[in-house]
Amino acid sequence: MGTRGRGLRDLRAVLAPVAAGMAVMAAAAAVLVPALGRGSGPWGPGADAGPVAAHRTAGPGLPQAAPAAPGCTPRTAAASLRPSAADGPAVQRIRRKGQLVVGVDQNTYRWGYRDPGTGRLEGFDIDLARAIARDILGPDAKVVFQAVPTNQRIPAVRQRTVDMVVRTMTINCARKEQVAFSTAYFQAGQQVLAPKASPVTAFDDSLRGKRVCTAAGSTGEAELSRRSHGARVVTAPNQLDCLVRLQLGEADAVVTDSALAAAQAAQDPAVELKGTPFTDEAYGVAMNQDDPDLVRRVNKVLDDYRRGGDDSAWMRAYRKWLRADLPGIPGPPAPEYSD
Amino acid sequence: MDGRPPGRRRTAWAEGLDQLRAAAMTEPGRLRAIGAALALLVLVFGAVTAWQVSDRAAAARDVVARSQPLAADAARVYRSLADADTTAAAGFLAGSVEPAATRERYADDLATASQLLVRAAAGAPGPEAADGAADPAAAQIARLNELLPRYAGLVETAKTNNRQGLPLGGAYLRYANERMRAELLPAARALYEAETARLAADQQRAVAWPWWALAAGVAAIGALGWAQRRHYRRTHRVFSPGLLAATVASVAVLLWLVAGHAVARAGLGDAAEHGARSLAALNAARIDALRARGDENLTLVARGAVLTADQKDFYEVGFRARMRDLAGAAGPGQEASGGALGAALAVADGEAGRRPVRDALAAVREWQERHAAARAADDRGDYERALRQVIGGDGSTGASFDRVDGGLRRALADAQERFRSAADGGRAALRGLPVGAGVLAVVGAAAAVLGIGRRLSEYR
Repeated sequence: MGTRGRGLRDLRAVLAPVAAGMAVMAAAAAVLVPALGRGSGPWGPGADAGPVAAHRTAGPGLPQAAPAAPGCTPRTAAASLRPSAADGPAVQRIRRKGQLVVGVDQNTYRWGYRDPGTGRLEGFDIDLARAIARDILGPDAKVVFQAVPTNQRIPAVRQRTVDMVVRTMTINCARKEQVAFSTAYFQAGQQVLAPKASPVTAFDDSLRGKRVCTAAGSTGEAELSRRSHGARVVTAPNQLDCLVRLQLGEADAVVTDSALAAAQAAQDPAVELKGTPFTDEAYGVAMNQDDPDLVRRVNKVLDDYRRGGDDSAWMRAYRKWLRADLPGIPGPPAPEYSD
Repeated sequence: MDGRPPGRRRTAWAEGLDQLRAAAMTEPGRLRAIGAALALLVLVFGAVTAWQVSDRAAAARDVVARSQPLAADAARVYRSLADADTTAAAGFLAGSVEPAATRERYADDLATASQLLVRAAAGAPGPEAADGAADPAAAQIARLNELLPRYAGLVETAKTNNRQGLPLGGAYLRYANERMRAELLPAARALYEAETARLAADQQRAVAWPWWALAAGVAAIGALGWAQRRHYRRTHRVFSPGLLAATVASVAVLLWLVAGHAVARAGLGDAAEHGARSLAALNAARIDALRARGDENLTLVARGAVLTADQKDFYEVGFRARMRDLAGAAGPGQEASGGALGAALAVADGEAGRRPVRDALAAVREWQERHAAARAADDRGDYERALRQVIGGDGSTGASFDRVDGGLRRALADAQERFRSAADGGRAALRGLPVGAGVLAVVGAAAAVLGIGRRLSEYR
């Protein structure tokens, strides 16, 4: 099943073997996605925008602008361009510079963070960025990591201050109008984090009367305002601040992205992730929309990264950085393509 | 009386009244009454002068020995807290092993704040003050004593997490900073304002004109003049040496009172006008500089993790706001475009007072330039370079900040010295006045009694 539904289902199958309804959804997506990919789906943008595939030949000559995000829906958002090892203009530009400039995070433990002992950036995202650089520039690739705050991710890509952003960045349609994404390299979702001994079991009525912390302006806050389950919402400037509140007894549970929740659990052995993710958030590598050849190249790297079953580079990085706090993920999400 | 039945005993009061009335009909009786009244008036004048001047001298002593030092202490509490916060962030940025100098400076700041709070608590009337109202300073001191250990705990947790390489440390440090800016600094500011208000009240008490003493003086001198005129009319003698001596003594007390008070008023007023205003402006500038520095450090600690509503970096926005408070709108090469430094420059006394403020202002401009360079490096993604430009040695924004702080420290010492000498000058003017007024009044009263006694003896 060549849809992102599979990665999602794999994750859920292990974390909580339920999700029968999701399987139905995934099956529906499997039918709908190819239809959309041909630009003839019911959510098609209209005749002017034309079929997506028409724009996508990264042939010689001027780099063509990739389409904004025609026909993008939450279900098809993770679909990207088919992989290619060809050296297009963007790849050649990076070769000429001799270095790959990657926008990363430096505050998220196990994903992208600065080890205060060494001063070096480390994490799952950082490993992936290095793999991409090695593929484009060879084994001694020079990578320049630029710490990009959350609000600067899209401007940095659009203004080409970085070649790409690898920074726990969720793929969605609004962002696809501004930047291009690779295929999904990690499947996450909003999840509840609470002390191990807490009566909170998941994002359900066990939250009733509890103080639940979430980052101001985050997806978690939106979800909690949609269905609070009787919880009192406490907001903090940043998701990690919620762990501080939790440790100081100012909150009883945290709602955040599962990957970030895992990063929190990794810093406090007394807390754990509860239940299963209750939203879908796929992470992708963000690139400039005018660099379709680079998107294809990165998708090729991701293909290689995923290949090899249990010994794939993806699984090695997963075991190194994430498994302790996000156990039971059997493999990377399957790629989805729009062309 | 007439209607009363005969033989009924009359009251002692009525008898005394009659005797007085009879005595007032005779010249010796009148003279005795006048002598007693004059002596009383002169003595009252002396006593009221001694009392009111002592009161003002006490207030002036309070200004110099109690309320001004307490206000200065409160400013130091404020500064120590802001410095502790700034230093904690600097130590954090230095990595998992904090430099010894930074650790010591942080510990010193907390120790200084604690000691000064103990001293301030001793100087403040207890919460159960006589008037029943809670003393504002005591309330803030209690609050700071409660908040300070909690703040220190958060900073230690931040350091522990940082040592283990956990980004959680940065979140704790930001939380500690939030407590500092939302609770501790406002409490310290309220304490400073309460102490400053007390200083102003003491100052007001010290310079208030002693109206009762002046009125008593005018009354005594007027009565003496009237008695001498009466004496002249009845005896055609121009001088009564006794009364004249009493008049001279009273006028001397009055002149001394007016002159001494005017000089004291000028001195204390000068201290208030220039010294206190200078001190307030410089303290404000120093706090602004510290808080700007704190925000600058935290920009690098937070690394874009905290944003304002319009998606700007929270700490960078804070830095700019503090810098505006400190030096007005940024503009190179300007003398003082406003802000706390501009205000300090405007009220500074003499070249010695202005030079350190100008130095600080120049350092602020340099700081702003270096800060812009560090921000540019960080925005380019060159975090290490930005870090070096902020907490590195010479050439870093930290060095510029130290120059700003050093300039302000020198300016504060100078303003403190000026305040002290102006206030001491004022106080000196009142020295000896209460005792002098008392002695002169006794002499004057005695002279008046003797003068009247001489006239009285002519009737024997």
